[in-house]
Amino acid sequence: MKIANKKVTAERLVKDALEKAKHFADYNIFTFLDEEGAIKRAREIDEKIARGEDVGRLAGVPYALKDNFLSENGETTASAHILEGFKSPVTATAVEKLEAEGAIMIGRTNLDAFAHGSSTENSYYGPTLNAFDKGRVAGGSSGGSAVAVALDIVEFATGTDTGGSIRQPASFNGIYGFKPTYGTVSRYGVVAMASSLDCIGFFTKTPEDMNLLMEVASGQDPKDMTTLPDFYNADATKKNSATRIGVIKDFDNEAVDANIREALKAKCKILKEKGFEIVELDMPTLKYALAAYYIIQPAEVASNLSRHDGVRYGFRSDDSSNLENLYENTRNEGFMSENKRRIMIGNFVLSSGFYDAYFLKAAKARTLIVKEYEEAFKKCDYILTPVSPNLAFKLGEKVNDPVAMYLEDLMSVSLNLAGVPGLAIPAGMSGEGLPVGLQIVGPRRSDRQLIEFAKELA
Amino acid sequence: MRYIPTIGIECHVQLCTKTKLFSEVDNDARGKEPNSCVSPVDYALPGMLPRLNGTAVKFAILAGRAMNCEINAYSRFDRKHYFYPDSPKGYQITQFYQPIIGAGYVELPSGNKIRIEHAHLEGDAGKLTHFDNYSLVDLNRVDTPLIEIVSMPDIHSAKEAHDYCKELWRLMCYAGVTNGDLYNGNMRFDVNTSLAPEGSKTLGTRTEIKNLNSFRSVERAAEYEIARQTKVLEAGEKVIQQTLGWSDATGKTSPQRSKEVAADYRYMPEPDLPPIRLSSEFIEAESAKLPLMPNNYRALFHEIIKPDTLEVLLDYPELMHKLNEINKEYVKSISNLFTSVLLAEEKSAEYLNDLPAAKDLEELAEMNAKKELSSTAAKEVFLRLFDPQMKGRGAKTIAKELGLIQENDLGALEEIVDAVLAKPETQKAQDDFRNGEEKVIGFLVGQVMKESHGKANPSAVQEILRKKLA
Repeated sequence: MKIANKKVTAERLVKDALEKAKHFADYNIFTFLDEEGAIKRAREIDEKIARGEDVGRLAGVPYALKDNFLSENGETTASAHILEGFKSPVTATAVEKLEAEGAIMIGRTNLDAFAHGSSTENSYYGPTLNAFDKGRVAGGSSGGSAVAVALDIVEFATGTDTGGSIRQPASFNGIYGFKPTYGTVSRYGVVAMASSLDCIGFFTKTPEDMNLLMEVASGQDPKDMTTLPDFYNADATKKNSATRIGVIKDFDNEAVDANIREALKAKCKILKEKGFEIVELDMPTLKYALAAYYIIQPAEVASNLSRHDGVRYGFRSDDSSNLENLYENTRNEGFMSENKRRIMIGNFVLSSGFYDAYFLKAAKARTLIVKEYEEAFKKCDYILTPVSPNLAFKLGEKVNDPVAMYLEDLMSVSLNLAGVPGLAIPAGMSGEGLPVGLQIVGPRRSDRQLIEFAKELA
Repeated sequence: MRYIPTIGIECHVQLCTKTKLFSEVDNDARGKEPNSCVSPVDYALPGMLPRLNGTAVKFAILAGRAMNCEINAYSRFDRKHYFYPDSPKGYQITQFYQPIIGAGYVELPSGNKIRIEHAHLEGDAGKLTHFDNYSLVDLNRVDTPLIEIVSMPDIHSAKEAHDYCKELWRLMCYAGVTNGDLYNGNMRFDVNTSLAPEGSKTLGTRTEIKNLNSFRSVERAAEYEIARQTKVLEAGEKVIQQTLGWSDATGKTSPQRSKEVAADYRYMPEPDLPPIRLSSEFIEAESAKLPLMPNNYRALFHEIIKPDTLEVLLDYPELMHKLNEINKEYVKSISNLFTSVLLAEEKSAEYLNDLPAAKDLEELAEMNAKKELSSTAAKEVFLRLFDPQMKGRGAKTIAKELGLIQENDLGALEEIVDAVLAKPETQKAQDDFRNGEEKVIGFLVGQVMKESHGKANPSAVQEILRKKLA
């Protein structure tokens, strides 16, 4: 991604990106384009290069920022009405790191409001369209970021993945999407969805770019006490030495789209030819992952969204004549119905008398899932699985069926519960011309080797 | 029927850390503009994460040890949810399931032990000021570190409630974890009171009096509540479980909000903060920083200082630590100067922060013992020891400079006495004394003192006079 070779200027790259962004306006990718700011920053980079100054590893590279990352450029809305007009006085650590290396944010991308969803249809600003079929969803919640990269508007985009929000849209749009080990990239300054599950990651067109971005973004952040010491860069010389690849028996069934199962088999065949051993895994606890996820996640969502009360920032209802009205009307008008659904589920599972039956039980299931992954990784080095059970679906197809929408997360959420890394990789096209994606899963802190391993499957 | 009151007390202690519990903003908002000590974390901007203040954890260890409590090697934080503008996050970060401080006890001066159920770390709430048709929110106090100390229901009188709160206050001040300024809410007490017939094995229905901020209001409120509940029970009615407020002005409790529909706080593990894991070495090293506590001083000084005086002095840890540095034989006389002179001084608060060196106090006490100073002169020298101009020069030097050393040289005194007796104006008094008028000796001593410019030791003078007039 380096432009220091002077063959092209940062200004040219940024202008091209902005032009493309406008050309693809009908995909509804961006909630905000920072034309003036991006060009200004590009010129600064070009001037530095001209002066022979060090410009960083991402100098002049245009990128798109998912609109739930706080930055002082533009409003941070998380595609939610209740954050309309919110200008952040602080910048997310991840954004600071990218910009310190010279990356240039050209705009903010659309998402399901507060990242609640798997199609970007829950955005206050309307859905983002699939890069390969405008009649289909982009996936979600990071739909805007995925399509921005898939349509080649930007070199990379940021995402957040709480239950598949990077990997699923990546696979719906035929690109790479990485959810690192929990705690690899700082969450400071990223609008929280479910704090114990949220991971910051990226969309790229190649594993090499993914590796570079992870080198830049990884590391312990004093502002996020859940971050891990920087193992990613400490592992720079540690090579991928995988020989055994696991596949999960349970996932090879009718519920999974035939295109995806075939792609999985084709990849296994290639791996075998390359000398890898394919190991069949029995992971019976994974079937509880979705249920556990849809208890823990809404509980944390309900808690994290409590701060949006119309008192200090963002949207406030016109009908706020007393405190109760202020709270009720602001939250009722400001949240999307999916936000409200999760707030209600979350508060229900946390309420006294139900905590043990729901939240505590889900937490125990989570511990079992962590253990099941640990056991699995004794038998194999990485696991190859589908990301979601189906290819990009039609707009509106699942909007009114929340459970069908939640099933989208069936194969992705267990990684978040276990905290293990997963990389969505492109795996061909369906007969209908839709991208097919798979994901590779590694043990905690195997992120660097996992990304390297993806080259074997490219 | 006789009713036995049972009282349990929850106490919130504000910790005097430099920064807040979860952010790096100044924790001391005294005299500062509203909402000026607030970071984006306290303000609960989206995407902000709490950072645990390590000093608050160390303070929790000290506070816990001061109450003879177990310190838990593993503890963690939980979120307690409620909507109110004093809580920007919509939840308070507290320790509901696994607190840092376990069971222990506080021993009262009476010897009674009040058991501590547990104590935990949490963030304080902001402050609301209500006006006719609007309210103002000040978030300066948000996430000031607190330790909430929960006692067992081991207290059985209003007086004992008072004594418990006071001893708790002393323990926290000795541990150095709070400024202990009750007037500014550094310690706030919630008093749970219930009554049961004498001999009953079960406790009665309790009420909770919230937010008392002085020992006296704790005692008065508990007294009032015991009397009120007694009346209710004697009338054959039932005590209603409720939260009460106390008014110092009216001397009455009154219901706040009904607890029958208990608020559901929807507790949840705090996912943004990893658990606190403390090694036993760390706990021991921190605990070792605890100074001597009130009970240690009671044991050390009970034979030297009268109990009443000792209890007064115990309110001032600085004085006790100083007395502990002083040679035992002088403790009594210095402790008298502390109570009768220092604490009576207008500037005593200022003086307490900067006490004279132990050797200076010892020197003063030694001069006192040798009767080299009159009691007035001793007070004078004592106060000069706090004078920035005189400080560090030593009691003896100061006394000499001020000409306050008593004349004990018998030969010199005899000369002065002879001179006074030779004066015509003393002749009548001398005659009167010889004729048995005892009290005129005072006049003669006074004349000698005058002649010596106050330096003579009056008892020595009297002795000489009696000999000469015999």
